[in-house]
Order: sequence, then C-alpha cells, then structure tokens
Amino acid sequence: MKILVMVKRVTDPNVIIRVNAENTSVDLNNVKMAINPFCEIAMEEAVRLKEAGIATEIIAMSIGPAQAQDQLRTALAMGADRGLLVESEESLEPLTVAKLTAKVVEEEQIGLVLLGKQSIDTDNSQTGQMLSAILGWSQGTFASKVDIVDNTLNLTREVDSGLQSLTLTLPSVVTCDLRLNEPRFASLPNIMKAKRKPLVIKPAADYGVDLTSKIKTLKVESPNTRQSGEIVGSVAALLDKLKTEKGVI
Amino acid sequence: MSILVLAEHDNTGLKEATLTTITAASQIGGDIDVLIAGDQCAGAAEAAAKISGVSRVRVADNACYKGLLAENTAALVVSLSSEYSHIMAPATTNGKNILPRVAASLDVSAFSDIIGVVSADTFKRTIYAGNAIATVQSEDTIKVITVRGTAFSLAEQNGSASIGAVTEAHDLGLSTFAGESVAKSDRVELTSAGIVISGGRGMQNSENFSMLEKVASKLGAAVGASRAAVDAGFVPNDMQVGQTGKIVAPDLYIAVGISGAIQHLAGMKDSKVIVAINKDPDAPIFQVADYGLVDDLFDAVPQLEQAL
Repeated sequence: MKILVMVKRVTDPNVIIRVNAENTSVDLNNVKMAINPFCEIAMEEAVRLKEAGIATEIIAMSIGPAQAQDQLRTALAMGADRGLLVESEESLEPLTVAKLTAKVVEEEQIGLVLLGKQSIDTDNSQTGQMLSAILGWSQGTFASKVDIVDNTLNLTREVDSGLQSLTLTLPSVVTCDLRLNEPRFASLPNIMKAKRKPLVIKPAADYGVDLTSKIKTLKVESPNTRQSGEIVGSVAALLDKLKTEKGVI
Repeated sequence: MSILVLAEHDNTGLKEATLTTITAASQIGGDIDVLIAGDQCAGAAEAAAKISGVSRVRVADNACYKGLLAENTAALVVSLSSEYSHIMAPATTNGKNILPRVAASLDVSAFSDIIGVVSADTFKRTIYAGNAIATVQSEDTIKVITVRGTAFSLAEQNGSASIGAVTEAHDLGLSTFAGESVAKSDRVELTSAGIVISGGRGMQNSENFSMLEKVASKLGAAVGASRAAVDAGFVPNDMQVGQTGKIVAPDLYIAVGISGAIQHLAGMKDSKVIVAINKDPDAPIFQVADYGLVDDLFDAVPQLEQAL
C-alpha cells in the first residue's frame, strides 16, 4: 500500500505572530518557519506502518511555496521515500488543497492518506475531511491509534467526551492527533541521505484545478490584549480578592 | 434565508454548544431548523423543539447515525442542503469532523470556529493561535460554518417548534461505530463550567492531578490541562485546553503549574478572571493573569483546598 503524507510549512509554533500595519494579514517577515507539528506526527505514523510491512512506499507531499522543500527534506529525513512539492506562491484554501491532493492520490494510486488534524497557522481543521469527501473514502479524524489488519482500519479517535473507536474501510484518509505517536528526530546520516532522495516540483496550475479563492479576507486585526494584574502574597490574599473584588467564588 | 443547525446532543438531551450555535444562527437571521441525527434520539429532538427561535426540528433517528459517523451524517446533511443558505454546527469534535465533509461534497468552502457574525456572508474567526482575528467573506451560495461556543450566549428555551422525521437513511458502509470510552465524571463539562482549574507540566505526574480534583470538588469546577500535561501522558486529551484542544471561557480560570505557552493561552484567555499559580515568576502566564501567586504548587494547592 502506498501512503501519501501531507506536510505543511507553517510558522514555528513558539513564535508570537503579529498583525501587519495595514491590517490585511499577519507579518511573516523573518519569522522562523517549521513543519506543522501534526504533520510530523502523520509522517511518523507512515514510517511506522512501513516498518511494520504494511506500507510499501511513502510519498511526502506539500502544497506551498518553493521554500516548502525544506519541510519536505525533513519528511524525507524522517523516512519518506520521495517528495512532491505542488508549488504555489499564493496561500490556497483547504478546499483547493484537497482538490489538488485528490489529483495526486489518483495519479499515484494511493491507499492511505495521512495528515495532521489541523495546521497551527490557519487553524481550520478541514483539509483531511474535504479530501475524504472528494475521494468518496472513509475518514478517520483526530486519530490517537491506527491499526491496520488485512484490509480494515481500526481507528481510535480523540473526541470531546473521551475516545471513539471506528472500523473503517480502506482506502481512507486519516488525520493525526497529538497522542498518536512521538515523532522521531531525524539522524544526521538520514538527513544526509534525504538530500539525495527524489523531490519533484510541479506548479499547482498544472493540475487543472481552479485555484481562485472563494473566501475573501477583508481585514486582519489584533485581538484585545489582557493587562497583567497583580501578584498576591498568599493563598489567603488570593481567596480574599476572588471573593470580595471579583465575586467569582 | 434559512439555516440548518446540526445539533450536538447525547440522544436524550442537548449539549450547550447547540444553544450557542443557535444564537449565532439567529444573528445571521432567517428561519432556523435544527437537525438531530442519532440512534434513539427522540429525547434530544424534544429538547431541541423548546429552543427559542427554532422553526422546525428534523429528526434522523437511525442506527447508521450512531456515533455520528462523518460519512453517513455528512451524506444526510447534504441530502437536505438544497433548502438552506447556511449549514451550521458547533465547533465540537463532531462539528469539525462532519461539516468540512459536507462543504466539500457541495463544492463550497467552510468557515471553522467563527467567533462573530458580521453579516449573512461575513464572519470573524481567529488565526495563528488567537494572535490575529480575520474577517472573512464567503462567495459561495451555501455557507458552511462551525461556531465557537464561548463566543456566543446560550439561546433561550421557551419555544415550541414542530418535529418532523427524516426517514431516508444514508448508510454509506464506509465506516462502522465500534465503541467509545467516555470519561466518567460527576463534574461539569469543561466547556460549560463556571470555574476551571487546569494543571500543566508542573504537576509532574498523573497522580498529582488528584490535588486539583479536590479543589474542583469544593468549587464545583471542571479540571483541565495544558497540552504539555497531555503530551507527557499525565491526563487524557479530552482535558486539553488550548489551540488544539478545547476552548473555554469560564468566570474563573485557575492555571496551576502552567507556563503559559501561546497554544494554551489561545484556549483560555477569554476567561473573565484568570489566576496563575507558578513558582517561576517569569512564566508568561502571569502576563495574562488577573492574580498571580508565585509559589510552589505543592504548597499552594493543598492550602487552597484547605481554605475553601
């Protein structure tokens, strides 16, 4: 079974992002970029499935600017066999990303798509579900356990009330949550090897998908900031404030 | 204009998230129908009929909707979609699972986790872990939207909508519900609690969370956790408060041993009063806290419990 792993280039999760002066977008000049943390978990899961003899080949794919090659090299160093960058300088909305990915899935005869449950920049949590809809496949979102036996996918999902278990038919689209695994660090020899692994770059426009956005961003603003309050000296002082000043307990 | 709201419920009753989504829907305007999909869900349908502002409750009661499987439930919603200008759901794990699938099936975009309604086609939502708020406009004929519960008030419940059945079952056979393990707790739910006490990596292990449980019992609070505490395996993921967990906005939020990473703040910074207990005076959590106590949590939390 061939596995496609989607990898997104996002801002480093530890960087505080500011709105630009024009209030049209966020200011990403000189901001450190990284692989989306949940995509790393998806990549790790794919490698484990290959180590278990279930996956035959792992293709890491990113849709984004030329610089997303950096994140694909990281995926190759973690264990992907080859990379595909569908290049677009414009940021594409989830529906468009899903449509482009569906084309790749058909071209490459993919049996399982693994991706993160959300990207930490736009926080949409849509792409996997949309891809699954377009392909007419089963979907397993927010996965915390993936177990493939014969041609069946037994999946545990993180839901609001606890855990949910599903049995899914293959092929399938799975979006990965935090506790699915702990991604490995790429070793230096693997980072060196990754430089020689094949990485194909194709323009997004070549896939015959309408790339125009149906969502217009009219304005981007900073949220209200909280003022830091006071430091209290003791538990008793704290309780007094909560009771008398705020009346919350 | 007419709006279909996919309800969050437990078959016998509604979850609060449904009521906040109805409020968001009423700000858009037009007729509001509520869809109850589930297995043996008549009780939830009756509860939905009482929500003020709802015209019709549509009930799809069939075994194939047990566990609200995304494939079947999305197919159901799509089958009803031609009657509506907006399809909405709470931004719960169900809403987030099902609605993007509905949107793509209809070849329209989706809006996740909106925090404001500007007009019938324009909404506000947070991006970059709440560090920016985007105003976004849809050009699609059908708007598909999930709603953040903390951003809207609860709809009132003195209505009397009609209830009608949707009999056609959409069992696609792609997935089956194999079971669930629901965290058993007498406590209020994290997302609807008036007081939340959360622990972070500073809790050191799973057992120490019992200290927070004791305080929570006295305060009638819910217990939450930071992503770091979940990542370290101290507590299950359904307790996670933050950008990638649950969003809460209680009257009082007590952060214990939580440094205050961006991703955690995204989930709790709209709380009315924030208290931080941390032994590191430089922890970023103090920058958003109304009251900070710089102390070892292993001294402060038992003291707090004693004093309550």
